[in-house]
Amino acid sequence: MHMADALVAPAVAGTMYACSTAVAAYSVRKVRLESDPRKVPLMGIMGAFVFAAQMINFTIPGTGSSGHLCGGMLLSALLGPYAGFLTMIGVLLIQGLLFADGGLLALGCNVWNMAFYGCFVGTLLIWKPLMKKGATKGKIILASILGCVLTLQMGAFSVTLETMASGITELPFGVFVATMQPIHLAIGLVEGFITAAVLVFVHAARPELLYGNEDVDEKTGKFTFKNTLIILAVTALLIGGALSLVASSNPDGLEWSMERVAGTTELEAKGSIYDKAASAQETVAILPDYAFKDSESAFGTTFSGIVGSLIVVGVCIGSCYIFKFFRKNKTI
Amino acid sequence: MSKISNAIYEIHHMDMIAGRDQWVNKIHPLVKLILTIIYIATVVSFQKYDVIGLLGMSIYLIAGFILAELSFKECLWRLRVVLPLVCMVGLANPFFDKVPVQLGFIHINAGVISMFTLMMKGAFAVVASYLLIATTSIEKICYALRLIHVPKILVTQILLTYRYITVLLGEVNRITQAYSLRAPKQKGIHFKVWGSLTGQLLLRSIDRANEVFESMTLRGYQGEFYYIGETIHMRWQDILYLAIWLGIIFLFRIIPVIIVIGNLVGGMFI
Repeated sequence: MHMADALVAPAVAGTMYACSTAVAAYSVRKVRLESDPRKVPLMGIMGAFVFAAQMINFTIPGTGSSGHLCGGMLLSALLGPYAGFLTMIGVLLIQGLLFADGGLLALGCNVWNMAFYGCFVGTLLIWKPLMKKGATKGKIILASILGCVLTLQMGAFSVTLETMASGITELPFGVFVATMQPIHLAIGLVEGFITAAVLVFVHAARPELLYGNEDVDEKTGKFTFKNTLIILAVTALLIGGALSLVASSNPDGLEWSMERVAGTTELEAKGSIYDKAASAQETVAILPDYAFKDSESAFGTTFSGIVGSLIVVGVCIGSCYIFKFFRKNKTI
Repeated sequence: MSKISNAIYEIHHMDMIAGRDQWVNKIHPLVKLILTIIYIATVVSFQKYDVIGLLGMSIYLIAGFILAELSFKECLWRLRVVLPLVCMVGLANPFFDKVPVQLGFIHINAGVISMFTLMMKGAFAVVASYLLIATTSIEKICYALRLIHVPKILVTQILLTYRYITVLLGEVNRITQAYSLRAPKQKGIHFKVWGSLTGQLLLRSIDRANEVFESMTLRGYQGEFYYIGETIHMRWQDILYLAIWLGIIFLFRIIPVIIVIGNLVGGMFI
């Protein structure tokens, strides 16, 4: 779900940076208030753990394929939402820089889509309330699966919104959403099962490590595995049913909304400011009319483009070598 | 080479490249960080049909590769991660944007051009990030982050994560190798041991974190992690480097330099 830099417009990237920075600033404040000196080294090592765990191939029973861990929900279930969020920022930054997974400009979007939902929605709205009366195997499985599915759905929806707001793709909103959501439903389920397996193990071995379970008596708040399965099945039916109804009646949500607001799915911009903007765009654009079919200058523009590119690249390479030549002479 | 060994090699290799005694490597990390962000933001700000304008932006990358003496082949390998996603989004454009366009003697859809520019933007952004990380170590990038007042909690955590990635990757490599020797002909980790295998690694990592904290405390850790050792001063060459590149990027963004030169030189032949 990592967004690449090419998928976001600078305005969208800036907005998402501002949102993520605000949450990060709040998280830093909360972690500082905890004043636990062990927290920062723990966050660092847990970030490295997420990297390492992402390299493990988990066989998905009955499919022959394998899944991977993403780690947002797992981190917050162990470190808490604030430290988990900060750790995820570090993980995403290193992934973007070192492994080209994501990017510097899209970091704000990625932090929001993957870390914010996973750490805050997943942990504060699902994990923490469920663990209030103590953690049990059933509750951990329920919280992990629900948390991962829900937060990945929200993240995938945000990816669609951010890409559409950036005006990157011609793909209609409805088609884009219909492509993104089911894929991430499957990914969320696999992620949820892996997270649940790891957290159940941690609960059995070192229950005090789980967030929200530090001071709670283990015997309170019984929640059986059977109950968990029933709740999961009912939730899946509700979500699946509701989504399929919306999908069938309104295949394109954006056009549907526009039609309701403006009475048409096509909006026209009239007025001097739009004309001025259009003429400015024509002047600045390299392919103002995209060299349309009947344009007389189509060949000329293409030719100029090729000649210009070759000259600019040639001058650039030549200048670099001249610069290097003089620097070498200077050092000798 | 396995996926894990490959990742370990890649990290060590990037460390080695970033540590070279090159002129570009010595430029102030904050200058390179700011320049990279501005460059990527400028690249993605181009209109979706502006192929030639985007082509002009490649001069920063070409110059960077020549000046830093980097291998372009190595960088191309990194595109494997980002291009599939960008292609998935861009591939729809030729089907939905069917306005006919003439490119020389060829007639194509405008969507093909917008798909191409999207791929170019994706590739340029990745290559620009590679230029940054290949000429600046993570320690120096973190130093630059501290200069722009990114909280030390976050910066220290990023540094520790980076330092321990290779250690934990090595551990995962040993665990998965041991598992595959005991469970041959199996594609991945069986679901019955998902929890115990990863959980053991997790518990060992948490114990390691405690040991790391104790070692850091013994060495005088009091919340600030001094990773560079000395202050890197901003030299006049660094400011000049930033100013020149900002000027070039700005010029190529507002003036169609390629077309201007092309018209000028091409006009002599037509």
